Amino acid sequence: MSLDKDTVRRIATLARIRVDEDALEPLAGELNNILGWVEQLNEVDTEGVPSMTSVVETEPFKRSDTVDDGGKAEQVLANAPEEAEQFFVVPKVVE
Amino acid sequence: MSDLLKGRTGEWEMVIGLEVHAQVIADAKLFSGAATDFGAEPNEQVSFVDAGMPGMLPVLNEACVEQAVRTGLALNAEINLQSIFARKNYFYPDMPQGYQISQYEDPIVGEGEIVIDLPDGETRTIGIERLHMEQDAGKSVHDRHPTKTYIDLNRSGVTLMEIVSKPDMRSAEQAAAYVTKLRAILRYIGSCDGNMQEGSLRADANVSVRRPGEALGTRCEIKNLNSIRFMRQAIDYEAARQIEIIEDGSEIEQETRLFDSGRGETRSMRSKEDAHDYRYFPDPDLLPLRLEQGYVDALKASLPELPEAKKQRFMEAFGLSAYDASVLVAERETADYFETVAEGRDSKLAANWVMSELFGSLNKAELSLSESPVSAPSLGGLIDLIADGTISGRIAKDVFADMFETGKPAADIVEEKGLKQVSDSGALEAAVAEVMGANPDRVADYRGGNHKLIGWFMGQIMKASGGKANPQMVNQLLREKLDAGD
Amino acid sequence: MAALTDLTLAQARDGLAAGEFTSVELTEAHIAATEAVRDLNCYILETPEAAREMAQAADDRRVRGEGGSLNGLPIAIKDLFCTTGVQSTAGSHILEGFVPPYESTVTRQLWDAGAVMLGKTNLDEFAMGSSNMTSYFGPVMNPWQRAGDAAAKLVPGGSSGGSAAIVAARGALASTGTDTGGSIRQPGSFCGIVGMKPTYGRCSRWGIIAFASSLDQAGPLTRTVEDAAIMLGVMAGHDPKDSTSVNVPVPDYEAALGTGVKGLRIGVPKECRLEGTPAEIEGLWQQGIEWLKAAGAEIVDISLPHTKYALPAYYIVAPAEASSNLARYDGVRYGLRVDGDSPQEMYENTRGEGFGAEVKRRVLIGTYVLSAGYYDAYYLQAQKVRTRIGQDFHEAWEKVDAILTPTTPSAAFAQGEKMDDPIAMYLNDVLTVPASMAGLPAISVPAGLSGDGLPLGLHVIGRPFDESTVFKVGHAIEEAANFTATPQLMAGGR
Ligand SMILES: [Mg+2]
Ligand SMILES: [Zn+2]
Repeated sequence: MSLDKDTVRRIATLARIRVDEDALEPLAGELNNILGWVEQLNEVDTEGVPSMTSVVETEPFKRSDTVDDGGKAEQVLANAPEEAEQFFVVPKVVE
Repeated sequence: MSDLLKGRTGEWEMVIGLEVHAQVIADAKLFSGAATDFGAEPNEQVSFVDAGMPGMLPVLNEACVEQAVRTGLALNAEINLQSIFARKNYFYPDMPQGYQISQYEDPIVGEGEIVIDLPDGETRTIGIERLHMEQDAGKSVHDRHPTKTYIDLNRSGVTLMEIVSKPDMRSAEQAAAYVTKLRAILRYIGSCDGNMQEGSLRADANVSVRRPGEALGTRCEIKNLNSIRFMRQAIDYEAARQIEIIEDGSEIEQETRLFDSGRGETRSMRSKEDAHDYRYFPDPDLLPLRLEQGYVDALKASLPELPEAKKQRFMEAFGLSAYDASVLVAERETADYFETVAEGRDSKLAANWVMSELFGSLNKAELSLSESPVSAPSLGGLIDLIADGTISGRIAKDVFADMFETGKPAADIVEEKGLKQVSDSGALEAAVAEVMGANPDRVADYRGGNHKLIGWFMGQIMKASGGKANPQMVNQLLREKLDAGD
Repeated sequence: MAALTDLTLAQARDGLAAGEFTSVELTEAHIAATEAVRDLNCYILETPEAAREMAQAADDRRVRGEGGSLNGLPIAIKDLFCTTGVQSTAGSHILEGFVPPYESTVTRQLWDAGAVMLGKTNLDEFAMGSSNMTSYFGPVMNPWQRAGDAAAKLVPGGSSGGSAAIVAARGALASTGTDTGGSIRQPGSFCGIVGMKPTYGRCSRWGIIAFASSLDQAGPLTRTVEDAAIMLGVMAGHDPKDSTSVNVPVPDYEAALGTGVKGLRIGVPKECRLEGTPAEIEGLWQQGIEWLKAAGAEIVDISLPHTKYALPAYYIVAPAEASSNLARYDGVRYGLRVDGDSPQEMYENTRGEGFGAEVKRRVLIGTYVLSAGYYDAYYLQAQKVRTRIGQDFHEAWEKVDAILTPTTPSAAFAQGEKMDDPIAMYLNDVLTVPASMAGLPAISVPAGLSGDGLPLGLHVIGRPFDESTVFKVGHAIEEAANFTATPQLMAGGR
C-alpha cells in the first residue's frame, strides 16, 4: 500500500505535528520506503498466533487504595509554560 | 401503553442506548495515589502520573478492580478473567498523557442486564453490553479568562466505570427508569455515590428513530447529561428533531451533540468531529489484568441483597404491591428503614406510615431520610401504640406531627399530652348514657329504624372525649344500649 | 600508579576502600578528564558542582564507616533518566529546560549506593537512533578514529552515544544507558566498551523518559564485564511503581563471573549469518566460538527462523508505542511551547518545532500503523511476529544456555553517513533487536579490531532473568580477547 500526500497530511494532523506543505511529498516518499520495507512481515504465517501483549510473564503489582500522593501543586506546575491561579493555562478551547 | 411517537407522516419509534460514566468510590485514583475528593483547590490532588510527566508510569488500584467486578456481578454480568487496558489516543488540554487509559477489546465485564421499574408498576429488562474501567480527564475552565482556558487536573486519573447498555430503551421514561435503577444498584453496593450534580454519574445517550419494526436508524450521541431531567428533555428533543429532519426528506448525520439545558436543545459539537481515529492499542505500561475465579466468587458471595431481589422479597414477605415495593427498595437506606419499622408489625400499616406520613413530612421539610427527626424504631413505637389500642389512628397522626417536630418518642408525647385512648368501659358507658339521655328524640328515631344515626352518636361521643375514646368500644356500647330499647 | 581515570570501576572501588585516594580526588580527576574530552560532546549537561558535593558526602560517609557499594564512584547518566532538580531533556528541544521534581528509580538506587553524578549524557533524540546524530544538542564524536584517518569524525553509535563515548574516553568510570533495540549494546560495540541490556522488567522504567514501553530497559555501559555486573547489581530490582518491573530476586552478579563456562551450551544461530556481513565480523564471530570452545563450552548450531523479521517488526512496534508515549509533549504542562490561536494550533506548532526529523518520522509511522484500517495489517501482525520471535528463543533454550552473535554488522561509521537512508541506519540494530523483541538479557563485549582499527563487539544473549550466565559468557570472551586497545581521543592521551 502506498501513502499519499493527503494521508501524510491526515496523520500529521492526528499526531498534531505541523508539516509544511512542501515537506509533505518528500515525507510521503520516506514513509513509503519504510512501509514498503516492513511489508515483508506479511511473509510470516501468523494464523492462530496470539499477539504479544507483554514480554514478561508476571503478576503485576497492584497498589492498595491509599492516598499517598498529591498535595504538591507547586511542583506539578513548576515547569508550566503558562499558569494562573494554580491552573495550567492554554489558548481558549472552542467547543 | 404505547411509546410510539406521532409524526406528520405516521408513527415513529425511538431507540435509545445509554453509556453511563460512574465514578468509582475509592480514596485514590485508578493509577496513582492522589486523592479523589470533590472540591479541592486546583491541581492539589495531582500526582506526577496524573500530570503525565515524563517517565511516569501507571500502577493499578486494586480496590477499583474490586468495585468494577462487584458492579459487574450486581448487573448479572459475565466477569472476564482476563481484561486488557488500552490507550485511546487523542489530544485535549485536560488530558495530560495524550491518551486515556481505558479498556477496548477486552473489558473487565461483559454482557449483563438490568430490570427497570416503570411508573405503571410494569418492569422491563434492559441488556448491558459491557462495563469497562477507564481514567477520567481533568477539567477545562472556560470562563475565567476571555481568551484562555484554565486546566485543573484534580479529576485526571479518577476511576470511572463506563457502563454501556444495549439499545433496548424505547422512551425517555424508560431511559430515566434505567438510570434510576442503575444508580440504585451502584449505591446499594457502594461502588458509586450516584451524585449527578458533582458529576459522579453522567450519561451519554445514543438516540435514533425508526418506523416501528424497521431497521435501526442513524444515531446521534448526546454527551454528558448530568441530570435525569435533562436527559429526558434531551432525548425527547433529539427524537423530535430527527423525526422532523426525516419527515422533511433529509437524512440524519451521525454526530456527537451537546444538550443546552438553558434552551432545552441539543446542538452539534463540531470541535470533536475531526476524524475520530483513536488508535486504540494495548497499553504497554500495564500488563493484562488477570483475575482468579475464586476471587470473583468471593466477591459475589459478599454482595448485599440487591434492589430487584429485595423488591421480590418485600412483595412476598410483606404482601406489598409491586409499586410500593419498588418505591421502598429504590434506596438501600429507605429499604432498611422500612424493614426496621415493619419487623414484627403489620407490614401494610408500616408501609403506609413510611410512604405517606414519613415521606410526605420529609418532602415538605426538604429533608433526606438520613436527616429524618423520626428514626425507624421511633416510628415503630408509634405503630405499636396504635396496634395495642393506646391511641387511635387519628390521634396517631397528630402524635407523628409532634414527633417530627420535636424528635420525642411517641409514648412520651401521648403521656405528656394525655392522649391515651379511653378504653375504660365505665367511663364510656357513662358518656353513652349522657348523650342518649340528652337526645331522646334521636334515640327514638334510631329505635324507629333509622340505624344510620349511630354515626351521629359516635361523633358526639368522640367529640366529647377529645378524640380519645376508643372508637371500637364506643361503637359496641352504643349498639348495645340503643338496640336494647328495641 | 595508573591515572585515576584509567581505573576500572572495581579498581576504583577497591582503591577508595583501601584509602589510596578519596572520592573527591577521584571525582576531580574525572571532572578534569571531562573537560579534556569536551570536544566529543558527550554531555548535554555537566554537573561538576553536584559531583563535588556528592564526592565530599561520600568521603564523609566513608569516614563514618558508612556508604553503599558504589560509594564515591563518579559515573555519567544518560539524559533520558529524570534527575531531581537537574535538567532532563531526552536530547530533544521539546524538553529543553525541563527540570524534573523527581528522581528515576534507577538513578535513585545509584545515589543511594553512593555513586557520584558527573552529568547528563548526550543521546539520540528520545533515544531514537543508532548514531547519536539525531540529538538536538548536536552529535557525539566517537573517541576512536580509523587508522590513519583522523579527519573522519566517527559516530559513537546510539542512542546511548554520549554514555558510551565518555566511558571509552575515560571521562567516567561507568554510565547508564537505555536499550530499546540495541541502544546500549551497539554504542558499546562502536566505542570498544561493555554494554549490558538486562531482561525486560529487571530494572525499573519509572522516571526514565519513555520511547517504546514494551522494549525500553536501562543498563550499564562500562569498560569491563565485572564493572557491568557491579553496576547492574545496583540498578536492578523490583519497583512497585513500574507495573512491568518483575519481582524476582537480583542475584550476586559479580559472584557469577568467576565460575567459568565449562559445560555451558552456546548456541550459534545460522540466521544471524547475514548477507553482506564483512568478513572481519564473520571472522570475529568464529574467533568467539573458538574462544568459548577452548574455555570448555559446547557449541550448538541452532535456528531462530524469524530473526529476519525482528527488525521490521520492531520498526512497527517501537514507533507505534512512541507515537503514543510522545503525545504528552504538547506544550501544556512543561517543556517547549510555541503559541497558537487555539490549542490545536499550539500543539502543531510546538510539536512541529520541538521534535527533530527522525522523531517526527517515527511518530508519523507509529500514528499510521495504529490508525483505523491499518492496525491489523501492521501493528497486530508485528505483535504476532513478535510472539513467533519469542517462540524461536523459547525453543532454543531447550538446547542451549546462551547464544553468541556479533553485536553489529559493521564497525563505527562516519558522521553524516547513512543519514539520508533511514533503513540503512535501522540495519545497525539487526543483530541486537531480536533479543529486545523477546525481552532477553544481552551483552556486548569488545572482542577485536576491524581492519580500520575500530573496535568490534561480540554479543551474548541469555534466558529471561539469567543475566548471570550472560555475564559469565561475556567474561570468558573478555578474558580470551584480552582487548587492551584504547581510543585515540581519550583523557590523558594514549
Ligand atoms: Mg463513550
Ligand atoms: Zn468513557
